Amino acid sequence: MQDILFYIFAYLALQFGFLVVANPFSRNPVTSAMFLVLTIASLAGLFVLLHAFFLAAVQVLVYAGAVMVLFLFVIMLLDLRAEERERLRTFEVVAGLISAGAILFIFLATLVHSPPGIQQSPTAEGGTIALGRLLFSHYLLPFEIVSVLLLVAMVGVVLLSKKNLK
Amino acid sequence: MTLTEGMDQVFVLLKHWLVGLAGPHWQPLLSDLISVAALIATFATLFAVTTLLERKGLGRMQNRFGPNRVGPCGVLQPLADGVKALIKEDIVPSGADKVMHFFAPLVLVVPVFLALAVIPVGRNMAALDLDSGVLFFFAVGAATELSVFMAGWSSRNKYSLLGAMRAVAQMISYEVPLILSAIAVIMIAGSLSTVEIVKAQAGYSGVIPHWYVLTPWGFAAFILFMIAAMAESNRAPFDLPEGESEIIAGYYTEYSGFKFALFFLGEYVGMFAVSGMAVTLFLGGWHAPFSFLTWVPSWLWFFAKLIALICVFIWVRGTLPRLRLDQLMNFAWKFMLPMALLDMLAAGLWHFIPAVSARWLVCSALVLGAYAMLARGLIQGRKVAKRTYQYAE
Amino acid sequence: MNVGLGHYLVVSALLFALGLFGVIARRNLLVIYMSLELMLNAANLALVAFSRFTNNLDGQILVFFVITVAAAEVSVGLALIVALYRKRRSAHVEDLTAMKL
Repeated sequence: MQDILFYIFAYLALQFGFLVVANPFSRNPVTSAMFLVLTIASLAGLFVLLHAFFLAAVQVLVYAGAVMVLFLFVIMLLDLRAEERERLRTFEVVAGLISAGAILFIFLATLVHSPPGIQQSPTAEGGTIALGRLLFSHYLLPFEIVSVLLLVAMVGVVLLSKKNLK
Repeated sequence: MTLTEGMDQVFVLLKHWLVGLAGPHWQPLLSDLISVAALIATFATLFAVTTLLERKGLGRMQNRFGPNRVGPCGVLQPLADGVKALIKEDIVPSGADKVMHFFAPLVLVVPVFLALAVIPVGRNMAALDLDSGVLFFFAVGAATELSVFMAGWSSRNKYSLLGAMRAVAQMISYEVPLILSAIAVIMIAGSLSTVEIVKAQAGYSGVIPHWYVLTPWGFAAFILFMIAAMAESNRAPFDLPEGESEIIAGYYTEYSGFKFALFFLGEYVGMFAVSGMAVTLFLGGWHAPFSFLTWVPSWLWFFAKLIALICVFIWVRGTLPRLRLDQLMNFAWKFMLPMALLDMLAAGLWHFIPAVSARWLVCSALVLGAYAMLARGLIQGRKVAKRTYQYAE
Repeated sequence: MNVGLGHYLVVSALLFALGLFGVIARRNLLVIYMSLELMLNAANLALVAFSRFTNNLDGQILVFFVITVAAAEVSVGLALIVALYRKRRSAHVEDLTAMKL
């Protein structure tokens, strides 16, 4: 059952991911954004299969809820009528294919030559309590630094989006 | 088992009996299916009742009758509305993005029902008892913004797009105080599970229950949560996304027939979901309001509280005029957000001050002081005078 | 055949390659940004899979941080795109050639 679900979610994630970057029917950024939401939802499904329940919820909340809505809002803000006619150029497609293929080759070659030695049964449970304990004990300093980073980003965004900077 | 316990658990026992009829292999699946069916049936019925209640109640508030033609006193009006929505022609604009236009109502309706799943409607009656139920609730609720965007953008109509932009801006802004005011409760209860949060509010001192709304920080958080909930569900006075006098009907201008009905359903069930969350977080879930009333079945209490909150929604809609967009944004970022943050601080102090009288004093002072200062800041620089009419006199 | 760590890593590698392809081949800034998000998500998947199969929650903590940083990064990046669009009336990379001789 779990294995079937894995294949379903993995297929969906890859299919939607493909439609994000190279949708044969539409070059519209909105379509890409919608498929990215679906990719993220499928990845959340994979996270659930990996028993990372907290991260699955956070993934949906932050990515599908906040990040993608931000993307869509910016798309609505910008008038992207001209963008719909974007054609993929051969040179760029070939360059993209070569580099993507190269990095895929490296990944897969690594996997084949040094297969992950850990074939023990999966055990880690990503419950809220376990993650919280770790986050507020061992990773307290990075956690605080990340909060400062968010503050810095917030100030930066407010400054950037001012219409007339002085 | 006494009679009161039996009444309390009647639906749980019924489900167990039904599940017991099936073979052992099918039992988990059947159990889930029964929960889902019960959830959908209950809240769809509640939707019908609420539309009638709202139209009748609003009618009375506005000094008119409301629907009174179909059936005795108009009680069959929801049925007539449903039939009308079903047999109307489904119009899709020729310039629309057909696929997105089709999926927008579904993206609204499915997540709001999913969000209902984590709310415990009675003792042992949560369809889905998740470890991080509150997080799940807000994560699923995020899909409504996507649906609004899809509806507004795919219609290729300037009013739809304007409505969608307003709605998305409003929902992003009010989601922050909504979640922050829930965090105060999560901090005190020490759990993200809705069942645990309800359990943390059990017990009575004398006849008074231990609900979070009866503490200074809880009361402030409850008010903030309800205001943000009204904005999240696009209800008056926060209904500028669909302000019919300016932008026709906002993001669902181009919807008709059953898809429009689905939007309507989604909006109301979203309201039930967020009210149910308010009941769970602040009003003690299914616990009785007084210790001598515990013999009443728990699910009855939950739905009584839910309907009371819905009546508040209707009352507010009948009372307050629509806000302007700048007022809306100022209110969210300059009042609600700092208030919610200070309320979290108050909840933290409540946890760490041991003496009962001291914590009441400190938390009340903090909440009231914050309210006074922020309200003054919001009013400042604004001339409040009696409105003068040039021609209407 | 049981689904193991290798399966998740293959999915993650494929997603990463897709994201990289998008970054190089597409020319709309917003779509490039989305492809970047795809690559980050691929890395997240690999981290969660490692954490699950090595019985060590550190990977999930790292994913938590990645999600937070990604949110900050997206907000700043989108603000930059909006600022650029105000100046150039375009969100295409080939229109942003001010440094070209």
